[in-house]
Amino acid sequence: MLDLLAGFVNELRNAGLPVSLTENLDAMEAVQHIPIEDREAFKYALGATMVKNNSHWRAFETVFEVYFSLRGPEYKLKDGDESDIDEMWREMQEQMRQGEGKGAAGGSMDQLTPEEIAQMLMNALMNGDQAMMRALAKQAVQRFAGMEPGRPVGGTYYLYRTLRNLDLDGMLDKLMEKSKEQVGGELTPLEERLEKDEYNDRIEQFKKEIEAEIRRRLVADRGAEAMAKTLRKPLPEDVEFMHASRDEMQNLKKALGPLTRKLAARLARKRRHGRKGPLDFRNTVRHSLSYGGVPAEPKFKYPRPAKPELMVVADISGSVAAFARFTLMLVYAIQGQFSKVRSFVFIDGIDEVTEYFKSTEDVQEAVHRVNTEADVVWVDGHSDYGHAFEVFWERYGKDVGPKTTVLLLGDARNNYHASQSWVVKEIRSKARHVYWLNPEPRSYWNTGDSIVGEYGTHTDGVYEVRNLRQLEAFVEKLA
Amino acid sequence: MGERFESVQQVRDGLKAVNYLADDGIAGVAFLADRLGKPILVEGPAGTGKTQLAKSIAEATGSRLIRLQCYEGLDESKALYEWNYKKQLLRIQADRNSDSWSDIHDDIFGDDFLLTRPLLEAITAEDPVVLLIDEVDRVEVETEALLLEILSEYQVSIPELGTITAKQIPMVFLTSNNTRELSEALKRRCLYLHVDYPDMDREKEIVLTKVPGVTENLADQIARIVRSIRQLDLKKAPSVSETIDWARTLVLLGITNIDAQQAKETLHILLKYQTDIAKAAKELSVDK
Repeated sequence: MLDLLAGFVNELRNAGLPVSLTENLDAMEAVQHIPIEDREAFKYALGATMVKNNSHWRAFETVFEVYFSLRGPEYKLKDGDESDIDEMWREMQEQMRQGEGKGAAGGSMDQLTPEEIAQMLMNALMNGDQAMMRALAKQAVQRFAGMEPGRPVGGTYYLYRTLRNLDLDGMLDKLMEKSKEQVGGELTPLEERLEKDEYNDRIEQFKKEIEAEIRRRLVADRGAEAMAKTLRKPLPEDVEFMHASRDEMQNLKKALGPLTRKLAARLARKRRHGRKGPLDFRNTVRHSLSYGGVPAEPKFKYPRPAKPELMVVADISGSVAAFARFTLMLVYAIQGQFSKVRSFVFIDGIDEVTEYFKSTEDVQEAVHRVNTEADVVWVDGHSDYGHAFEVFWERYGKDVGPKTTVLLLGDARNNYHASQSWVVKEIRSKARHVYWLNPEPRSYWNTGDSIVGEYGTHTDGVYEVRNLRQLEAFVEKLA
Repeated sequence: MGERFESVQQVRDGLKAVNYLADDGIAGVAFLADRLGKPILVEGPAGTGKTQLAKSIAEATGSRLIRLQCYEGLDESKALYEWNYKKQLLRIQADRNSDSWSDIHDDIFGDDFLLTRPLLEAITAEDPVVLLIDEVDRVEVETEALLLEILSEYQVSIPELGTITAKQIPMVFLTSNNTRELSEALKRRCLYLHVDYPDMDREKEIVLTKVPGVTENLADQIARIVRSIRQLDLKKAPSVSETIDWARTLVLLGITNIDAQQAKETLHILLKYQTDIAKAAKELSVDK
């Protein structure tokens, strides 16, 4: 047990969770108070003592599943233990026979045809029968995934194979039809929506069961440590913008909300608790009257650190679009910290999008409008920083003033067009600061058609911003 | 350590008896906190029953609840203890004729002149208490340090008096709305519990226990609609307390079966932003 826990903690640390020594000791003590066969309680005991940040919970759960998946009675793999499932199956048969007057062939589940499995799955989903769903997940994996011991493929491959055979999307439509039949007539839109959500939820649950089943089999095959390594994923704040999958994007979006709230609170606090302003002579003299003309109580001016005016100029072509989106969302979420924010987006043409953010409270919607409505294509829709900057200077150059901070976002991959870096130089001479944020790893800079170095010499700094953590650090420095 | 509960199941039953429905995580962590003698740091979205959990534990164990509401600018004299200056002054004046300085000095820094504030009160209490430190994320990082001694050692050091150790270990709950990252030192000393929105079945149970006169059917509908709304991308998802308010309203209006029109008319109880209401109405096809 100790060995297992030590390995578990080690893996958590490898996954990036900060587990301190005292927390580890707490966990050891905690599990002594928990009946070891209660898997859920065991999980919460470990979680409560070692994971102190909710965004790390998912990572914890994955590692936990890998390390402790083969323990617990309902998770046995061997065929001999499937008697309870067979029993359930027989009961199910009974019901079907009673209900519909016909029954599939008796016996174990292994002899079923795919159609029968689909039928059973549908019934299980319809009734929300969890035990049945788990059994079916097991069966589906065994049948469709085609898992071979020692084969070096990831779990996602097996997952894909299993799901392709089950056709869950079609299942949803069928379920909807069936529930309509049951009610006998049309559902109101509200009811329809609710039913759909319900079934979606159950199907999600079923998918999770399948995933867990595949994972269990892989762990049995390869061992916990090797498995944990393949499943190791970066924490949301460390996910790179440029390579995030769709799921990770969703998580990033979720993580952005609390992060901006924290950032805004921190910045406001910093402003308020900054050092006192200069001596307020008038106020001091006035208060000295109550001390008989002695300035006993010096008064200071309220500190008013200047709020910078911000101009964000972002490349929204292809791969860097996600990065620009997150930066815009973050900047607008804390726009209270700036006196004014204007934003521009470009690919090879450039367009101002400030209005989109002004007209709606919903940043997400604004970003969506930016992506669909902004007029950013000039010739061919390939990044042309040179042309975009030139037009920016022509149209908006006069608005750049000594209070303005200009942020340039992009990977500076210019498709070998002219760089027009004189524009950046001009901007810098007029603006307070010019910064360049690059979502590419530093080692890629200035390779191929990237000319970030040429632009960079004219700015006050080029920053590598690959993930939320770096973005947050930069914005805090800015405000 | 403490032996308030025998098992996880007992925690759950105890909480249920006072109308608080705990899930596995909540009951498990509360049980562990009791056994390990550690504080619980409860985090989660607003309105999911974080404060209520502390209250319910107090009620279930028959303890007194001592609450410290945190805010910016909270300091030692409001959280821990304070010397009663006026009384000390009176004491000195009353004794003006006596000339033994050391007598007075010892005297005015005694228990009689100490004003206890919530944290010290929880430590010195003779009867069983539950200490609730509410919205701990509102104090500054520096002030957090005030809490560290009491949370790990259950003692308070007063320079003039020495160290006061707890007579019995109270159950301690800290709640946080996560507006800032709490310090590592504080987190390390606590068990962590994240209370999220309940799943559909639990929410239905909550509505059934909290709202008198609600029918099974209505509670089911409410829970389902609320779940669908929470899946939308909203500024502020409806909290459990808002769900309960909504259920109460529907019961008061004598509605037993929600239809689209009624849902639309009462949606403002569930959602507090105009954009959210519009979005939810549209998404649930209530707006047609």
